Amino acid sequence: MITDKSNIKSFTFKGFQRKDGTKGIRNHIIVMPASVCASPLAAKLSLASKRKVIALTHKEGCCQIGKDYERTRQTLIGLACNPNVAGVVLIALGCEGTPFMEIKSIIEETARPVELVHIQLEGGSKKALQAGLKAIEKVYYAVRKTTKVVPSSIKDLVFGLECGGSDWTSGISSNPVIGCLTEHFINAGAKVILSETTEIIGAEHILASKIQDEEVKSKLLEIVNRLEDRAKKAGIDIRGAQPTPGNIEGGITTIEEKSLGMIYKAGNATIQEVVEYAQKPTKNGLIFMDTPGQDVESMTGMAAGGAQIMIFSTGRGSPVGFPISPVIKITGNPETFKKMKDDIDINAGRIINGNATISKIGLQALHLIERVCNGDKTKAELNDYSEIGILKSEITL
Amino acid sequence: MHVRKKILVIDKADNVGVALIALKAGEEIEYLNGSIKVKNDIPSGFKVALKNIIKGDPVIKYGETIGISSQNIICGEKVHVHNCQSQRGRGDIKEK
Repeated sequence: MITDKSNIKSFTFKGFQRKDGTKGIRNHIIVMPASVCASPLAAKLSLASKRKVIALTHKEGCCQIGKDYERTRQTLIGLACNPNVAGVVLIALGCEGTPFMEIKSIIEETARPVELVHIQLEGGSKKALQAGLKAIEKVYYAVRKTTKVVPSSIKDLVFGLECGGSDWTSGISSNPVIGCLTEHFINAGAKVILSETTEIIGAEHILASKIQDEEVKSKLLEIVNRLEDRAKKAGIDIRGAQPTPGNIEGGITTIEEKSLGMIYKAGNATIQEVVEYAQKPTKNGLIFMDTPGQDVESMTGMAAGGAQIMIFSTGRGSPVGFPISPVIKITGNPETFKKMKDDIDINAGRIINGNATISKIGLQALHLIERVCNGDKTKAELNDYSEIGILKSEITL
Repeated sequence: MHVRKKILVIDKADNVGVALIALKAGEEIEYLNGSIKVKNDIPSGFKVALKNIIKGDPVIKYGETIGISSQNIICGEKVHVHNCQSQRGRGDIKEK
């Protein structure tokens, strides 16, 4: 538990009120391509516009079937309706599978300003660029007119937890710090999403043993089995990818060891709900989302599920950020912090050196999170290091 | 004087510890419940066997199985991918 002499039970921040009742910690205007074919124009628009807009370029949205089709649709909707997003310029080529008209009307239902640029109807990329710049201006002024800042607190937040480049320190310093924070946020009424199904293989029985609700428990075990069965049926040895070569160089021997260290991020909390990739949680408390161990795809799923802020544990060091939700990076490795100071926000390596306790670093992280919720930029935001990736599991036709 | 711990043993059931600093072969190290003689040079962050672990027996850290030993491991030896193997997600092993 985090103990603090100044008795900070719950911090407050100035949140951006959305019509659906959620509150953002950022007020972003996004340029969102419906498909890979519309992505270059989105990127171009973000550079050409005089406004600060974020292009969510990606590689999906065309010739997808089944689960992939649905997941891409769901992810784009979820990202556009994330509490940190104030307005949307949607870019469609015009012939992609992604139902961009439906996505536009779902965004409209949330009362967010939204404009559609249809490249084929505009008559090509040059004309669409001009139309896109006009659309950005329209959305910009609409956002300016409707922006409302309200006092907000931890209970208005959905946190996403992520691990990237774990090493031997992760399970004994940075992840226990995150566990402290998880307990604190859950006590204050927040939702905290634990993710990365691959990285609970070998530790799922511990998470499951705490769950009272039989349905939630079997769903958790089912998603782990689903993943492991897929590897087995394909004759794949997951050791080729998990642990990663970097994990192994960093002292982690097996996926079981990595997972047993990973689950410290959950603290003593019990999983209340297991959701699919990009699905919005309905319960408060600890949520598990079925995402892959790849950080960008995992964070994309959580942001689409509504996460406004990510807490990212790294041992080897990672510059990764996320375009619409600030990513706070904590390393457990003192050497990594020394080497990658420009990319990492919190040094939990002081615990390894014996210079700080878990709760002391937890408190330091809590104060930083409060400042980030009030607009301070994370290292990844300062470095403009951001990318999205939508999970794919089927063939593209 | 503050003497830095050399080995971290996370759970009392563990048969491996984590080297908090680089350990030298031949070094005698005391830890929580005993002492070991280090068999190989072990860089910081890597695991050292606290007991003899017979081939096929579980390697235990965090009080849980992290893998199965793929050869006999002597107390004080480095434990890593060369002598400890994952049992999960192994599509390469035919189930009997």
